[in-house]
Amino acid sequence: MAMTYNEDQSMLRDSARDFMKTEAPVAHLRKYRDMDCKDGFSHDLWKQFSEMGFTGILIPEADGGLGMGHVEAGIVLEEIGRNLSPSPFLSTSVIAVEALKAADKAMRDRWFPGILAGETVIGIALEEGKKHHPEKIALKAERSGNGFKLSGAKQFVVQGSSADMLIVAARTGGAVGETDGLTLFAVEKDAAGLSLDAARTVDSAMAARVAFDGVEVNADAVIGDVDGGWAVLSKMLNAGRTGSAAEMVGVGTGAMDLTFDYLKQRKQFGRVIGEFQALQHRAAHLYGEMEMARSAVLKAQNFLDEEDPRAELYASVAKAKAGLACSLSVREGVQMHGGIGMTDEYDIGLYMKRDRALAEYMGDIYFHADRVAKLNGY
Amino acid sequence: MSELEAFRTEIRAWIEANCPPEMKTPIKSDDDTCWGGRNFVFQSEAQKQWMERCAAAGLTVPDWPKDYGGAGLSPAETKIFRQEMARAGARSPLNSFGIWMLGPALLKFGSEEQKRHYLPQIARGEIRWCQGYSEPGSGSDLVSLQTFGENKGDHWVVNGQKIWTSYADKADWIFCLVRTDKENKYQGISFLLFDMTTPGVTTKPIKLISGNSPFCETFFDNVVVPKHQIVGELNRGWDVAKYLLGHEREMISGMGGDGGTASLGGGFKDALGDEPILRAQLAMFDVESLAFRAHSERFMDEWKTGTAHPAYSNLMKYIGTELNKKRHELVMAAGGSDALEWESERSKGGKRARDWLRTKANSIEGGTSEVMLNVVAKRILDMPGA
Repeated sequence: MAMTYNEDQSMLRDSARDFMKTEAPVAHLRKYRDMDCKDGFSHDLWKQFSEMGFTGILIPEADGGLGMGHVEAGIVLEEIGRNLSPSPFLSTSVIAVEALKAADKAMRDRWFPGILAGETVIGIALEEGKKHHPEKIALKAERSGNGFKLSGAKQFVVQGSSADMLIVAARTGGAVGETDGLTLFAVEKDAAGLSLDAARTVDSAMAARVAFDGVEVNADAVIGDVDGGWAVLSKMLNAGRTGSAAEMVGVGTGAMDLTFDYLKQRKQFGRVIGEFQALQHRAAHLYGEMEMARSAVLKAQNFLDEEDPRAELYASVAKAKAGLACSLSVREGVQMHGGIGMTDEYDIGLYMKRDRALAEYMGDIYFHADRVAKLNGY
Repeated sequence: MSELEAFRTEIRAWIEANCPPEMKTPIKSDDDTCWGGRNFVFQSEAQKQWMERCAAAGLTVPDWPKDYGGAGLSPAETKIFRQEMARAGARSPLNSFGIWMLGPALLKFGSEEQKRHYLPQIARGEIRWCQGYSEPGSGSDLVSLQTFGENKGDHWVVNGQKIWTSYADKADWIFCLVRTDKENKYQGISFLLFDMTTPGVTTKPIKLISGNSPFCETFFDNVVVPKHQIVGELNRGWDVAKYLLGHEREMISGMGGDGGTASLGGGFKDALGDEPILRAQLAMFDVESLAFRAHSERFMDEWKTGTAHPAYSNLMKYIGTELNKKRHELVMAAGGSDALEWESERSKGGKRARDWLRTKANSIEGGTSEVMLNVVAKRILDMPGA
């Protein structure tokens, strides 16, 4: 697979770019933040995503979707990142779809139509601590009657309180720290014993802490195999890590473009500050870092779409490198904007906040650098 | 596609039949590199055989036209040839600045007569070339060079001094930037070729921090250069030089991605148990190095399809060389005091330490990192100012 977009992919990029810029620019994020929206995103926009065909990019054609790949999903995510557009796209159309592809027909039929229509939102209930450690899942699922009873707690469930269903990673066997003995469940929002405590995060999104107090689910709520959830969870993680890295390429590039424009306009000492070599070198270095991140992400997407086992390694390379580059971009952005970069009125600060939230999502720079080392045997 | 696969089968068989087993072992030191030239002493019969067999088949310069000593391979065939060479573990049969630098410039700017004269000699490893660019007062600001060629009708008389001339003491000929017009800065330089045995040419090796002397000072004292030994037009040598520098930057930028698919940290896995911070640094480096490998691949794909920015090789050179320096810093750190040995057999003559010191030049030669960043800022990012 070439490391360049083909004609269809270039067209998708152009339409996603146009759409996001017109329908969900940074002003859209501000509007929903300032009205203190309980969802943190617009349901109307989610429907528009559906009309554009975005919501079904990864849904197989046999299930009514477009049957496209992670390169295409990444194209949409980059534009989401560039405009800081709030949407359930990453959790619902990328990560949840990746999980549901492994589910039986009944469950696919239950959820795919709503996702395709831009009506359904799905939350990913994975994390149990403040840092990302998927193998340390402890939330207990005990056999009970015809199904299972779930007890424990999750956090950082993005848009959890707006979700129609949560995909919950639980332990049905094995010990904490083992990848065996995990099982994935589809838990509907009105299940008894489920309680959510939603809070706004630094990037104006909403994330929930979810308590499971003996939540009963039927056996048909299991996605994939009992005790064998790691196989599906790994796919979700690869998709989520690569997807959030793609969004970070968009965030970093958006911040970089704002900053470079500013360097070409702002005058001090009688000249445009972009003339100063001290700033030019930092700008050029930043550009190089963003370019490397873009390449690492595209490589991970290609490997995922080719079902190449190196996708495991490159998902981590992509998330770590995108994390490094995007963080540099927003930090340099605020610094080079000077005082006004600290004001709420200017957008650059919003990019910094979005970067911080995405940095924590499904493993930060340090988690993924560590994983790169482990996958290379050290 | 099947034609290419047939080519792969054919070239694989050719390498198998022609590459001596000794030439399939890894290179141990610079001495194992075949540079060719009038005065080159082959390290072994196998080294000589391998070069001559490749040259006879045009495979020292596989992508050059057959008329000029190449094999006339297409880009796709050349890629397959290189893959098969790597697969067989075969050494490069011949290295030279003639192949990497002068050849591409002659192919683009040389006259038909020059191509037929010089290129086959380069391909056969008969003439070893060096490059006369930098001068003591003209490093990053190369265009200020002052070595002067005085017009004497059918020849120039060249006077001046070059520095950082790689292997000038071992080279047979030089391709040299010489000022032929003192009034015009950019359009006053010509690209001349001349024999290093011409009266008035002297060289003096410069001992570097690595203890090695790959570079020389080169002096020209009334050196006579016939007029037909100019490449391209009079006073337009800067165009040739810029074209060549683009090639050099691409070549140097490839270094950060060395090591095939292996990670740097993976090579030290047994030594990191008590070194958690070093392990972390290696992990961060491997993220960069793997990202750079993907980036190089994307750059080549974009270069081939003509969608890369024309100044992009400057960015690649900056990233690749800085990464290579970092790599060798970590190799030294992981090697600890073992890596300090400078002369022992155990350390292969201090190879690790000398290689580490050598890499410090990566971000200086062929355009410093600072100049690369200037070019990226101005030409790619369109930053204002001179």
